[in-house]
Amino acid sequence: MVAAIEIRGLVKRYGALQALAGIDLEIQPGEFFGLLGPNGAGKTTLISILAGLARADSGSARVLGHDVVADYRSSRRLLGVVPQELVFDPFFTVRETLAIQSGYYGLRANGDWIDEVMHHLDLASKADANMRTLSGGMKRRVLIAQALVHRPPVIVLDEPTAGVDVELRQGLWEFIRRLNRDGHTVVLTTHYIEEAEMLCDRIAMLKTGRIVALDATAELIRRFHALYLRVRLEGTVPERLASLAVGSEAGRHTFKLGEYAEVETALAELRATGARILEMELVQPDLEEVFVQIMRGAGTPDAERETHR
Amino acid sequence: MQNAKRTADLIAPAGPAPAWTGFATLLYKELLRFWKVSFQTVAAPVLTAVLYLLIFGHALEGRVQVYERLSYTAFLVPGLVMMSMLQNAFANSSSSLIQSKVTGNLVFVLLTPLSHVEFFGAYVVASMVRGLAVGAGVLVVTLPFASVSVEHPFWAAGFALAGCAILGTMGLLAGIWAEKFDQLAAFQSFIIMPLTFLAGVFYSIHSLPAFWERASRLNPFFYMIDGFRYGFFGVSDVDPAASLAIVGVFLAGLAAITLGLLKTGYRLRH
Repeated sequence: MVAAIEIRGLVKRYGALQALAGIDLEIQPGEFFGLLGPNGAGKTTLISILAGLARADSGSARVLGHDVVADYRSSRRLLGVVPQELVFDPFFTVRETLAIQSGYYGLRANGDWIDEVMHHLDLASKADANMRTLSGGMKRRVLIAQALVHRPPVIVLDEPTAGVDVELRQGLWEFIRRLNRDGHTVVLTTHYIEEAEMLCDRIAMLKTGRIVALDATAELIRRFHALYLRVRLEGTVPERLASLAVGSEAGRHTFKLGEYAEVETALAELRATGARILEMELVQPDLEEVFVQIMRGAGTPDAERETHR
Repeated sequence: MQNAKRTADLIAPAGPAPAWTGFATLLYKELLRFWKVSFQTVAAPVLTAVLYLLIFGHALEGRVQVYERLSYTAFLVPGLVMMSMLQNAFANSSSSLIQSKVTGNLVFVLLTPLSHVEFFGAYVVASMVRGLAVGAGVLVVTLPFASVSVEHPFWAAGFALAGCAILGTMGLLAGIWAEKFDQLAAFQSFIIMPLTFLAGVFYSIHSLPAFWERASRLNPFFYMIDGFRYGFFGVSDVDPAASLAIVGVFLAGLAAITLGLLKTGYRLRH
């Protein structure tokens, strides 16, 4: 099966800044894929090259087998991109905007589909409103609708919920999920790790233009299968336990344990030294924790990259 | 997206789209863009041209005789029509492109399968339409002030089309190059305005000192205005066929440069 997105050795430099330092990535049709990374990690550059908004210095990118440079007409027809910035054309209404966008893709009588997309994005009541008069959240929805006018099988959303209020965010997630269920390949970049954890089957983490982790979301979390024991104590911490501490401050301690069985040992040691436990909780890592650790360099890039391509 | 619409339907048949639709849509959008504000983009420049005609006509009528049997005001009309066409053709593509760049909505065009040729064609043709609309407006409202006849309509039309195409292309070039509004304003003030005003709108270059007459012949805008005026009066400073050839070569050169830049994505695709 031809990959929805296939990226080989992608390198991009902006002057002194190495935006992408050799990216290899394959995303299969039907996947819900997340691109995570701090600002400047290269997420938007990667998407820009896929979309033809930027040119790679070397390497190649394909959308469903079509090269984004040599065969850009096909690749762009297969790709729907929701840009990160809230851009719009102030001259037009929502419906005009969507009809014009359809026309660019060679679609003339696209009214039925436009109505359907507007309906699903709750834009129908604003169909004849000028773009200028819409709220930020509404403009964001129009951006999404614009990316869908030509029914692209591969959809890329660059921070689709940035600056969107909580209620609308839920609605957008639901809509994007539905697109994925209906067979669209979805690639999402986000700052909200919770968003990626909830939506994405598989995640690539980018740092300074490199992929530092690439795996199924559950697998990424499982790999950091540490368990954290947080306690507030009266008394002293036994020596062995102190060596496991990842944070100790004013009677509050966090110990990193391997598995649940170790909890019992830890508690026994505390009892043996006569320490009194005032508060206690067990914390399992979530994606955010994994992300922070990987970005700090805890993840070893090479080991991460060989699994689950 | 109910369940009825499954993936198979969504993965649209990648068959050839109607070839002209993309281009026609971008052209339509560009036309709509200026037509929605036509008071500003068409009516205002017509008024400006009429003011020129009234002021210069009043000040110089009877004092300047350019060609025999031709009043100064009549002489002025084709020059003003052409000048208005050129300035507005330039303004259309350049301001549209810089606005889209600065506000970021150019991305909606860049994301699509439109080729650099379609992009070029749509911007330039829209500029030509605006230029011709303004030119027609200027001609109509100046007619009561001077008796002007069009002796060679095909020559006039040829120069009008070529002139608008050249300035539409220059506007595109300026829009590609400029990254801020003030850079575009500089392009307009330091290149377009001098070339237009020194092209013989208000005088015949035969009335100039020898050096400036020769210098004027290096200005491609001079041939557009001189050739256009030939279309009206059947007299010109330069043989209209030679002028049209020079204008044509200039247009071809500019178009080649602009198409080349668009193809590489210079300052548009980073």
